[in-house]
Amino acid sequence: MSDINFAFLDEYAKREIRRSIIKAICIPGYQVPYSSREMPMGRGFGTGGLQLTLALIGIDDTLKVIDQGSDDSVNAVNLRKFIEMTCPGINTTTCLQEATLIQSRHRIPERPLRADQILVLQVPYPDALVIVEPSEDKRKIMHGEADYSRLLVKLYEDIVKFDEITISHRYPTRINGHYIIDPSPIPRYDVPRLNNSEALILFGAGREKKIYAVPPHCPAEPLAFDDVPFRIEDFTDSNGERRACRLCGSKTSFLDEFIDEHGVRIYQCSDSDYCEQQQELAHE
Amino acid sequence: MGYVAIKGGGKAIEGAADAMEYLRVRQAEGAVPLDIATIENQLYFLHGRILSEGGLYHPKLAALAIKQSLGDTLEASFALRAYRSTKPRLLETAAHDTTDMRLIRRISASFKDIPGGQMLGPTTDYALRLLRMELLNESPEQFQAIAKTLFAGLPEQTVPDSFPKVLDSLRAEGLLPKVNQAAREQPFDITREPLIFPVPRSAALATMARGETGSLLAIAYSNMRGYGDVHPTVAELRVGYLPVMLPHPITGELVEAGEVLMTECEVVAMYQDNENKNALPTFTLGYGACFGHNEVKAISMAILDRALQKGMQDGPENPSEDPEFVLLHVDGIDSMGFASHYKMPHYVTFQSDMDRLRTTRQKQEANDE
Amino acid sequence: MNKILEVKGLSQVYGPGCTLCFTSTGPEFETNICPHCGSIVALHDLSFDLYKGEILGIMGESGSGKSTAVKCLYFDQMPYSGSAIFYDESEQQPLFKLNPAQRRSLRNHRFGMVYQNPNLGLNFDISAGGNIAERLLMSQVMNYREIRERARELLARTEVLTERMDELPKNFSGGMQQRVQIAKALATQPPLLFLDEVTTGLDLSVQAKILDLILEIQAELDTAMIVVTHDLGVIRLLAGRTLVMKYGRVIESGLTDQILEDPQHAYTQQLVASAL
Repeated sequence: MSDINFAFLDEYAKREIRRSIIKAICIPGYQVPYSSREMPMGRGFGTGGLQLTLALIGIDDTLKVIDQGSDDSVNAVNLRKFIEMTCPGINTTTCLQEATLIQSRHRIPERPLRADQILVLQVPYPDALVIVEPSEDKRKIMHGEADYSRLLVKLYEDIVKFDEITISHRYPTRINGHYIIDPSPIPRYDVPRLNNSEALILFGAGREKKIYAVPPHCPAEPLAFDDVPFRIEDFTDSNGERRACRLCGSKTSFLDEFIDEHGVRIYQCSDSDYCEQQQELAHE
Repeated sequence: MGYVAIKGGGKAIEGAADAMEYLRVRQAEGAVPLDIATIENQLYFLHGRILSEGGLYHPKLAALAIKQSLGDTLEASFALRAYRSTKPRLLETAAHDTTDMRLIRRISASFKDIPGGQMLGPTTDYALRLLRMELLNESPEQFQAIAKTLFAGLPEQTVPDSFPKVLDSLRAEGLLPKVNQAAREQPFDITREPLIFPVPRSAALATMARGETGSLLAIAYSNMRGYGDVHPTVAELRVGYLPVMLPHPITGELVEAGEVLMTECEVVAMYQDNENKNALPTFTLGYGACFGHNEVKAISMAILDRALQKGMQDGPENPSEDPEFVLLHVDGIDSMGFASHYKMPHYVTFQSDMDRLRTTRQKQEANDE
Repeated sequence: MNKILEVKGLSQVYGPGCTLCFTSTGPEFETNICPHCGSIVALHDLSFDLYKGEILGIMGESGSGKSTAVKCLYFDQMPYSGSAIFYDESEQQPLFKLNPAQRRSLRNHRFGMVYQNPNLGLNFDISAGGNIAERLLMSQVMNYREIRERARELLARTEVLTERMDELPKNFSGGMQQRVQIAKALATQPPLLFLDEVTTGLDLSVQAKILDLILEIQAELDTAMIVVTHDLGVIRLLAGRTLVMKYGRVIESGLTDQILEDPQHAYTQQLVASAL
């Protein structure tokens, strides 16, 4: 790989991405179009997040890559290997507290982030309005005029039909009082972490070719009605007890649910690093 | 334990790579690996398709891409496109005139005869699609003898290298709209600028030039069948080698640095009123061009070019006339990537979905009581 | 009397237009089409004032320009020339000088529009209640129960069965669709309402009910209205003042009673005489 530039992308590409990032920070929640480069992994596999990471990463960075909350998930492993290969000399870690740059698919880590950390989220659909308007041109005007009435009507119709807002992940969230973003397929559980975050949170859509940002200490409000509040996922069992992770016992983390080899339904932390640290604490 | 996406991800990926490699070499005993030159020559059309969808004219690497992806056109184009991403841009050439093409095929459906003649060249248009069973056990000797036999005793005939453009005669008569000189000077670079609609015609053409053949064909076909009204006549279809002219690093004089095999199609469509009411009406044009020998793609492109121009002028009435619909869905790398990504773990989002459904069901049960 | 709308010299031309368009078209020429450039002069030199709480009728046959006028004022189209000022409480809004965001704001909050064709005024992919909710949500009402209540109220007011508020409008009769449109237009209590041929094509009894409703609304909410119609009966019932249009020009204007009792222009006389 000696004839390939540090971090794979050429310097022109990196500069364009950084300029887009700066613009995105200056206009919180606005989708900045950029000419997304082809990467050796497929569109839909995190090329947008990857380009953000590659444009930002330096020799003194410590990188953590997770998918579904786990460092060992296939997609995370694949991306991490590629970044290690193209950025010789960087450190990688599974421990959140050690990381300076975190790339993630579908989750925000359980522990609060610090001001010296940057979180990069992988995004398939950058635009929250895509469920009510297929034309990108029309959506751009709707965003510009903060005209989200059709999206709000969709929420209204949901409540009429199901007594609940049925949007599960990709919950539309208003940033800094104007632009409504699709916060990527993070569960509702993680949406509150966007609000007043210490760390910069960046969103990269490679296939759709957009970059947007939720800057630190920025208000991020999930869309709701005054009297039908936003609700996170419910992990209470039939006795009204909040379920615990079978490995570390945590009752505050987002849990993965699956059937084990014995046919038993089990629950464990989605955030593998958090879970391991909790287990270590328990042993002390 | 089988594949559980949580732990052992690294090992699983390595195993998958090994399994793919095994698929490639499982003939094992007595088999000969695919030869790059064989792919380039005997899989000529497949090779041309990869050149055009990869968006990089590198015949050897295109053949390699086909070899390593075991013939998967989407994967091969992807590999070539990703390689292109790593290459620096050395310079930009001026627009090239395809009149200079060294032709191997050139036909027109608009006229019975054209200056230079209708040169069918290598085409299956009039061939019978019968399976040639004798090729099942073709021996190297039989194979090598064919070329010798074909060329034996052929008269020395000088066929001109290039031919005039059929459209030039129509242009001379004033039946075609004027060429937009300004657009020729400033083409949109889709590899450096994102598409923000409305886009200029050069952006549409560039996007389609490396678009996936099947995607372009399907949408163009919808227009032909009635979801649109292009009603094209092929003025000219030409296949050949276009000399690539680069400025000499010292003198600046244009020098032929090589040639690229390409296909070009110009269609004439229904005439329309001139926007300037004082001028006479003219035919409308559609243009398609791509790397490699790929006629279906060039024709589809030309039809879509015309349809999109109409859509951008009058507003789209059909999907093929809608620039957003066409240009955002014909890139094979984007579309196959997204289709494939659904195989990745989505269990956290699914957990969220289950939560919603369960809550809704609980509420309905409570209401029903 | 408070003026709410002032329109001056409103004109609309479809096509390239030329210097002879206005002087070669109109009632004297019996055509809208300019013989020199082929453009259609849909409207020329329309001027009028509208006062708070008043209903102005614009009457004419197809091609008279009446619908065009209202389409321009509601920003469905931009006019060829002319000006209009909307007197909004203490502010004056020069309608055709506003930017798209300002225009949309007026459309959403201060104007209401009911089209002859419900397809233009209603979103058929969302419920009747949802259509009304959409307008309320545009005005920042964010309480679900309040939105439901208000939608129910409006539908009840326009005599749509509230049990059907969660159904899609495509299942409703034409008359009911019109009533949903009216409910939707009233959702934000706009001071100015445009009604474009709203009873045309409906059964007579249904028409009568809708006309009654419109009069009640005027009485309750003091809404100013512009009623566009070719129907003399509608004009007689609703409009205090009327403009009669032909080939894009106003040929007669004044108090409705006067025009109907004593029409001056030959065309108006014809219209009045031919009314059943």
